[in-house]
Amino acid sequence: MRDLALDHFIAAGRAELAPATLPLRIQGLRFARQGRTLIHGLDLTLDRGGITMVMGPNGAGKSLLLRLVHGLIAPCAGEILWGGAPVSPAITRRQALVFQKPVLLRRSVAANLDFVLKARGRASASTREALLARVGLAGRGGQPARLLSGGEQQRLALARALATEPEVLLLDEPTASLDPASVQAFEAIVADVARQGTKVLFVSHDIGQARRMADDVVFIAGGWVAEHSPAECFFAAPDSAVARAYLAGHLVL
Amino acid sequence: MQDFGEAFGLAFGLVASGDADLVEIVALSLRVSLSATGLACLIGLPLGAFLAVSRFPGRMPAIIVVNALMGLPPVVVGLLIYLALSRAGPLGVLGVLYTPTAMIVAQTVLITPIVAALSRQLIEDLHAEYAEQFRSLCLTRRQEVQALLWDGRYALLTVALAGFGRAVAEVGAVMIVGGNIDHLTRVMTTAIALETSKGDLGLALALGIVLMVIALGVNAAVQSIRLTAARFAYA
Repeated sequence: MRDLALDHFIAAGRAELAPATLPLRIQGLRFARQGRTLIHGLDLTLDRGGITMVMGPNGAGKSLLLRLVHGLIAPCAGEILWGGAPVSPAITRRQALVFQKPVLLRRSVAANLDFVLKARGRASASTREALLARVGLAGRGGQPARLLSGGEQQRLALARALATEPEVLLLDEPTASLDPASVQAFEAIVADVARQGTKVLFVSHDIGQARRMADDVVFIAGGWVAEHSPAECFFAAPDSAVARAYLAGHLVL
Repeated sequence: MQDFGEAFGLAFGLVASGDADLVEIVALSLRVSLSATGLACLIGLPLGAFLAVSRFPGRMPAIIVVNALMGLPPVVVGLLIYLALSRAGPLGVLGVLYTPTAMIVAQTVLITPIVAALSRQLIEDLHAEYAEQFRSLCLTRRQEVQALLWDGRYALLTVALAGFGRAVAEVGAVMIVGGNIDHLTRVMTTAIALETSKGDLGLALALGIVLMVIALGVNAAVQSIRLTAARFAYA
């Protein structure tokens, strides 16, 4: 049984721990690929810490938005500002992205973490072991990374992201193909990361997950923001018809 | 002209008895071709990786040239290295013509494009899988190349093997720059050509058998390494 009062207290704590890279301001963002406009003049402001859930139907532009704010792809038009600064390698470096399908190196679990720690000049066995313990993989360092279970691979990908000490953690449907136990383990780590002050942008289709994790919800449909509300408002009474339909389980195309 | 069966008998006799001439020729062949393979990997692997991950004007022509150079005729390479190393050539002062060093240089020139072209293709495929993750981690080009070479290490063994196979089997380049001098620059392929022309099929066949056993052995070793790596999902 979850303690709702405690959850509210934790959520309030997260919001106060807004990292220096906030606010994120997106104005008139447009992205087109092969003649097809996928994001249409999207505007969004995120100025609080905690976990922002990005929801919406397939093809709405959620993953694209994550890649755009992370600087992996460049917009056709519009502006993305993190703490007033446009996206640059320096901004990307302060963030980490966990992909839906973890891309692990063909090495051991420990070597996957050592690779990132070394690239960031933080290589040490104690740091690596602490990260492995944090994601529940203590003592598994010697195993081949690609032979871990799906849930373990995703937790290792999360540990690798945390190895960069990100101010913003971007999660692109990381639990989409995991079983409930793996989802629970992953969510517990993410909640803990957010509690410690890391801003989390979490893309998910899972309404239950969004209810459990979100401080605020950005609902995207058709390449623009249909709604951005605090989680309790969003789930109690969504403003937009498209979000209401989505939450009611209707097919939103 | 020896009888075919008699030649085979002689060949097995030479191999079984560990004939000193045979051992000397095989040892030099391995020394030259393994050295050339090592050097070609030192040059070709980073070059292939660089071509795989970088984007610059002229990249496609560079890839086409490297691919085309895979088909370099050994005699042409031999001739070019001969001209460079001969007394009147730009590198004549080194005085290495008709030495194993010249043979190593010639074979290195011959197989470096093979190593570069095959590793470029292989690393480009690997990079397609890793590229987004690497960009997210803000790796430098050097860090990317190092990571790709290490992660592709077992597949790249096959690339090195292709280079070694080409080097150890070629005759034209080492014949021209080595001169096939007995006890100095005679390797398996040049000896086979010479002994065949002299009609001494026994030694020629013995060398041919050793050459094929080496090729089979090296292939089997690399294959078993790759299979072991695949079991750990490292390949």
